[in-house]
Amino acid sequence: MNIQNMILTLQKYWSNQNCILMQAYDVEKGAGTMSPMTLLRSLGPEPWNVAYVEPSRRPDDGRYGENPNRLYQHHQFQVIMKPSPDNIQELYLDSLKALGINPLEHDIRFVEDNWENPTLGAAGLGWEVWLDGMEITQFTYFQQIGGLEANPVAVELTYGIERLASYIQNKENVFELEWNNGVTVHDIFYQPEFEHSKYTFEESNTEMLFDLFTMYEKEAKATMEKGLVFPAYDYVLKCSHTFNLLDAKGVISVTERTGYISRIRNLARKIAKAYVAERERLGFPMLKKEEK
Amino acid sequence: MAKNVLFEIGLEELPARFIDDAEKQLYEKTAKWLTDLRISSDNIKTYSTPRRLAVLVQNMEEFQESVEEEVKGPSESIAKDSEGNWTKAAIGFTKSQGKTVDDIYFKEVNGISYIYVKKHIEGQKTFELLPEFKNIITSIQFGKNMRWSTQTMRYARPIRWLVALYGEEVVPFEVATVKTGNKTFGHRFLGNEITIQEPQQYESLLREEYVIVDSNEREQMILDQIKNMEEKENVMIPIDKDLLNEVRNLVEYPTVFVGSFEEEYLKLPSEVLITSMKEHQRYFPVMSNDNELLAKFIGVRNGDNQSISTVVKGNEKVLRARLSDAEFFYEEDQKQSIDFYLEKLQRVVFQEKLGTYSDKVNRVVSLTKEICNELHLDEITMNKAIRVAEISKFDLMTNMVDEFTELQGIIGEKYATIFGEDEEIAKAIREHYLPKQANGDLPETQIGSIVSIADKLDTIVGCILIGLVPTGSQDPYGLRRQATGILRILSDKKWNISLESLLEIAKSTYKNTEIEIHDKAEVTHTLKEFFQHRASYLLKENNVESDVIQAVTDNGIGVYVFTEKKARVLSEKRNDPNFKSIEEALVRVLNLAGKTENMNIDTKLFETESEKVLFETYQNIVTDYNHALNNFDADGALLQLSHLSNPIHDFFDNNMVMADDDNVRNNRLALVNHIANMIKNYAELTLIEWKQHQ
Repeated sequence: MNIQNMILTLQKYWSNQNCILMQAYDVEKGAGTMSPMTLLRSLGPEPWNVAYVEPSRRPDDGRYGENPNRLYQHHQFQVIMKPSPDNIQELYLDSLKALGINPLEHDIRFVEDNWENPTLGAAGLGWEVWLDGMEITQFTYFQQIGGLEANPVAVELTYGIERLASYIQNKENVFELEWNNGVTVHDIFYQPEFEHSKYTFEESNTEMLFDLFTMYEKEAKATMEKGLVFPAYDYVLKCSHTFNLLDAKGVISVTERTGYISRIRNLARKIAKAYVAERERLGFPMLKKEEK
Repeated sequence: MAKNVLFEIGLEELPARFIDDAEKQLYEKTAKWLTDLRISSDNIKTYSTPRRLAVLVQNMEEFQESVEEEVKGPSESIAKDSEGNWTKAAIGFTKSQGKTVDDIYFKEVNGISYIYVKKHIEGQKTFELLPEFKNIITSIQFGKNMRWSTQTMRYARPIRWLVALYGEEVVPFEVATVKTGNKTFGHRFLGNEITIQEPQQYESLLREEYVIVDSNEREQMILDQIKNMEEKENVMIPIDKDLLNEVRNLVEYPTVFVGSFEEEYLKLPSEVLITSMKEHQRYFPVMSNDNELLAKFIGVRNGDNQSISTVVKGNEKVLRARLSDAEFFYEEDQKQSIDFYLEKLQRVVFQEKLGTYSDKVNRVVSLTKEICNELHLDEITMNKAIRVAEISKFDLMTNMVDEFTELQGIIGEKYATIFGEDEEIAKAIREHYLPKQANGDLPETQIGSIVSIADKLDTIVGCILIGLVPTGSQDPYGLRRQATGILRILSDKKWNISLESLLEIAKSTYKNTEIEIHDKAEVTHTLKEFFQHRASYLLKENNVESDVIQAVTDNGIGVYVFTEKKARVLSEKRNDPNFKSIEEALVRVLNLAGKTENMNIDTKLFETESEKVLFETYQNIVTDYNHALNNFDADGALLQLSHLSNPIHDFFDNNMVMADDDNVRNNRLALVNHIANMIKNYAELTLIEWKQHQ
């Protein structure tokens, strides 16, 4: 199965489970969790079921397109269900079957893994799902987001698309994966991988990035004070990506690093609170909809 | 009629590390519950897998035991009036217990007679009491709990089903909106839903559905299959107990398989291979019969051997990806030099206030020099030790340690050898992290021991200088473990260097730094107390009594190896009747000491024979005593002190120390003070609670 069909299959499957199919969010981010469709919508009492593909940028993992396993940008298939359904494990395993993975022919395990993202003040408990020893999905029950307790609890499934594909297509090198008939990951992503790596590690304008970080942070604060949660959050994402670029270039010392992380975390916390307050002011519209 | 009882908690996959303890709690709590309830039964057996915790109680009685209970009433004097008739108080008491005055009998408590009645408490039906099992389920403690969905309950993982059977009857209750029933589930993929008709069927029904509910049996299955594999492949598979334990708790139905990887990866350091296999993938490494690591591994699948070759292939692929990463790091790392990595250390912070790793290394280097000087080591050894200190942390900057943090030091040794460092220096880099646990292996080399002490001292003193003193369970930098490590090395190497002088050296390395020290006396005091606690902990481990520990550390820890010996000797003498007279003599001196500052002994002022004898004995032993002290001969030194015993007793028996004549008195006190100082150089014997029998 090529990657395109994998994505279509997962979309169809989760759509049938009443998930809203969303598109990737249009601001750079390191993980699907950081999309406001997960991070903000997982907060508060309103039900929320969503699935989307998220291109995730990890500047530090850039390898000029030379490493068979690491990418500057990979793809995650993200599912959020709030409140977490009682049969979520079965739903997940059925999604693997939909991808043609017959559990009887494999060894599928749920191995304890407690996920934490200090930058976003988020933490959860769950597992990494192993398929014949390979981690293919992060399975997390959110306990805290933006420093707020998650109640009800949302469950997050994050499929590593390239990982899963390398298994399904039996390829050792991520660049050999087939995206569509005859079109490989190499065809689509080799050049951007190389160029982004070169930019990140060699060419990026450090001074400008530091300036941008400060500007984005300032704008996020100012916007939030005006009660504009979503635009403020976009600037937090920009801060986070700018920080990742600086960090990958090795221009942030360890001490400064903690400082930057806590600056982003403080913003994320404030936004999480502001989001819940704003939803409450609106009378938690999605909650009412469900009651009808 | 007695019936079998079964409870099963069905869960989403529990973390392997919680399972054994949860099963143990389940057993203990059930046993206590049944005792408290006065329900007798034959046997309690517990089970656990990643998806269930269960308990089977055989032949549980249908009723609780009935009991006769004594109820105490008022005293006889209140219960009867002066004419011997029952008072209102007595009648009221019997009524309240549903009895009459005819049921009254008397019993004495502490010499006073009270009225009593006997009450019969009828045992209730077991079935009606069983829903209380709910409290056992909710009271099991796990290392970490979570919430799910809209539940308020916290548990290790979500509860998905509950079985509660009394014979064939379902015991009704619910936990977190899950209702009890008689249905359970077999293996996630190989098994089906099962209806349990009778508790006794539990093990066998689940076995049919590919679940081995007894964790010991799963362990045995794994061991048996590994043994077969060893014979078939003619290899050795060392069993790591912790890994075995984890693996048996990751599967409900274990099938062992063997996988392999490319021989070329064997050129990687074996620790890298073993960590990749064990820690990252939970595989058992495979050795040849000559104890050489082979390019094979043993995995355990959760299931049967259906399509096992697919499973093997998948696992091989994962391991190959990890090893190819490691190989890449290994090759990349070797393209650089030690100096390249040392340069990088300048940019990495060790601790915010204590500076970079580079700063730390510089302090450790100067500490190492000082320690070598104190130990009077030759120049060659000293230069080697300094080299170790200089490059002790370079490997932290390599890709390999970045990826395999647990291999710090081990990678340092490998790479240092590759980069052409002396073999002993390379080994010492690894050893400077030792001991890794309170009772872990100690460094073997002298230079490794020195740098190990220097590194740990620097961390401890630095942290305490900036106020990071461990409290309670909070010890993020592992200062306690490191302090214990220092003392153990000092003892093992028998080094003639006092802990106090080590601390002074360590403090002096911080003198010219920017670290602000608010209260120097306070720091010295905290350090002293901190190390005294560690020494005390170690000595207690060696069965030395607290009072003896106090006595030998009262004056500071000093040369630890000697302190340890003195503690052992005194711990014996404390209970030795033959030592009683000696101990009493020495303590007599100590109790009188310090009554004057005068230290001048004038032999012309001696009035009695016993004074002269004591002084002569003192003079006679001084050389041998000091010689014994310098050789850390705890027995010998005490033997010398014991020569003073009889002269001391004679001295006190025949002289008034507090003589009327000032000169005579001061002269006698001076003699006492000299001897007291001599004893105190050994230990503060007055602190010992002597236990010799008469």
